[in-house]
Amino acid sequence: MNFAVLQFPASNCDQDAVHVLKNVLGHGASLVWHKDLSLGNVEGVVIPGGFSYGDHLRTGAIARLSPIMQAVQQFAANGGMVLGICNGFQILCEAGLLPGALIRNRSLQFRCEHVYLKAATTRSGFTRAIPAGQLLRVPIAHGEGCYFADESTIKTLQAKDQILFQYATAEGQLTDESNPNGSLLNIAGICNERRNVAGLMPHPERASEGLMGSTDGRLIFESWLQELAERSRPLAV
Amino acid sequence: MKAKITVSPKKAVLDPQGKTVQNALEHMGYKGILAVHVGKYLEIEVEGDREIVRQQIDEACRKLLTNPVIEDYQFTLE
Repeated sequence: MNFAVLQFPASNCDQDAVHVLKNVLGHGASLVWHKDLSLGNVEGVVIPGGFSYGDHLRTGAIARLSPIMQAVQQFAANGGMVLGICNGFQILCEAGLLPGALIRNRSLQFRCEHVYLKAATTRSGFTRAIPAGQLLRVPIAHGEGCYFADESTIKTLQAKDQILFQYATAEGQLTDESNPNGSLLNIAGICNERRNVAGLMPHPERASEGLMGSTDGRLIFESWLQELAERSRPLAV
Repeated sequence: MKAKITVSPKKAVLDPQGKTVQNALEHMGYKGILAVHVGKYLEIEVEGDREIVRQQIDEACRKLLTNPVIEDYQFTLE
């Protein structure tokens, strides 16, 4: 599979994402500059973490206006799979590709630590390879990761099974203590209704090699690869 | 002319900055403070037909300057 990893001014997890897709998982991945107009011939798009445009105005607010985002909108509209990580999640919300918004952490602190994630559903191309009940230990690093949406949006997310990940304790309980940023319903990641665009605040690309202290993040990429492999297989007639 | 835009967090949105400032003010001994909301203020210097400018600023507020999911805005033209 081939992936495009977007690069905005002040993206800082772009190289990590390319490294994991290429060197750890053995697929093709290349950086695409935000001023480019085309994603190239790719099966998936990663919008990586960082502080695009210095987080000016609001996180992700300026980045979503970059020329490449037109191509991402088109790619997603055609059913292409897009994953936004951290700042990438914020950009997808600002771009209207995902519902809701990410605001200042309730504690007002920048939180940089490992958390436990509970996959709220395995019925998605980003979570399907996660064994039932297995928690993922993955790091977060953000100051504005508090997921907010109005009541009706939250109800829709629940009804349509769009919540992908929730912050949990090591035992899998969803508590206030395990919620690092004040997100509603401990939400750490969601997908759109069509299930081809997803965003999450934690960094799976920083938890894909033993050297990094956890390989749980690989399950997210492996889910994605499984989904893409299934899609590219011709349907039996 | 100058567009003076005030952006404030929506009522339903958690405003931890406002709460922190409120606590600080109470620590300083100020009495009777019921709530603090921290927003932001933008000034845009602009020329053109007043009514067109008003429409453009309003549109820019909705499309870029604020996020309607979490923020409210109001502005004046001076």
